[in-house]
Amino acid sequence: MTQELMLEQEKVVKSPWGGGRSPFGVSRDKFTMWIFILSDAFTFGGLLAAYGALRASLPSWPSRIEIFSAFPFTNAKLPLLFVSIMTFILICSSLTMALAVDAGKRMDRKGVIKYLLLTIGGGLLFLMCQAYEWGHLIHEGARLTSNPWGVPLFSASFFVITGFHGSHVLSGVIVLIVMAIRVAKGIYDKRGSYEGVEVAGLYWHFVDLVWVFIFAFFYLL
Amino acid sequence: MSETIHQSSKKVYWRVWFQLLAITIVEILVAFLPISHSLMALLFTIMALMKAVLIAGYFMHLKFEKIGFIYSIVLPLIILVALAAALIPDGSVALLMRLGLGYY
Repeated sequence: MTQELMLEQEKVVKSPWGGGRSPFGVSRDKFTMWIFILSDAFTFGGLLAAYGALRASLPSWPSRIEIFSAFPFTNAKLPLLFVSIMTFILICSSLTMALAVDAGKRMDRKGVIKYLLLTIGGGLLFLMCQAYEWGHLIHEGARLTSNPWGVPLFSASFFVITGFHGSHVLSGVIVLIVMAIRVAKGIYDKRGSYEGVEVAGLYWHFVDLVWVFIFAFFYLL
Repeated sequence: MSETIHQSSKKVYWRVWFQLLAITIVEILVAFLPISHSLMALLFTIMALMKAVLIAGYFMHLKFEKIGFIYSIVLPLIILVALAAALIPDGSVALLMRLGLGYY
């Protein structure tokens, strides 16, 4: 009986719970990134929750089908097409990021660099699209405190929420560029693990995850 | 053996990408349907959460972590969604007050 208990204790001490390794068997870097993502999710969640409460408290809201209908190089009204393309770009960049992590697991340095560059390209393309969209709306007269469509809170929440997301994409692109340089230098080959790429990937997927909610509740609803 | 595992995980990523794309297209189609805003909000919530589960589960590998870790990450996020949902009725009350339809 006592021996059984001691064996059981030993098992617990050696398990991830006992502090034998990192908690939950997740490495330090990954764990920290997840905690950061959680706190960042709460920031975005706060913004979106406030936006939801605002929407519910206003008798009217500008028609998103009319406002989000501009497209570069044409005067035609193409409702929601541009933002759908932005969403498509971000989903694709998430796929290439996942493939970069996958190549890292195979220690395939060239593959990692190729997919990282594709992801960076997707991120930059997304930022360019967002710059166009902001430019277009500002040109039409939208400001942080007022806009021509009658509901000042529309442009306030638009600029704050998409601006906050856009700054996350920008920092993601910078992180990925740093990662690509480190991979090219062979730092992760020397370490024997491409975990750094995986951790950067977690952040990139999170940025995509947030866009899912912004797209659904700000642009489509 | 190891090569086949990697091949299949690549396939999984492509499959998830395709599913995300399919849900997005359905979302865009729903946006043009002549249905009430609350029904639309409900449909978007369901579809956005489906996409979130796909991205977090497969792209972020959360599905393959230890169950305790999954709970540690997902439970706070469920509370977050509950917060957002809980503030909507509050907004509706504010709307009634704005319209002068009384205090609650």
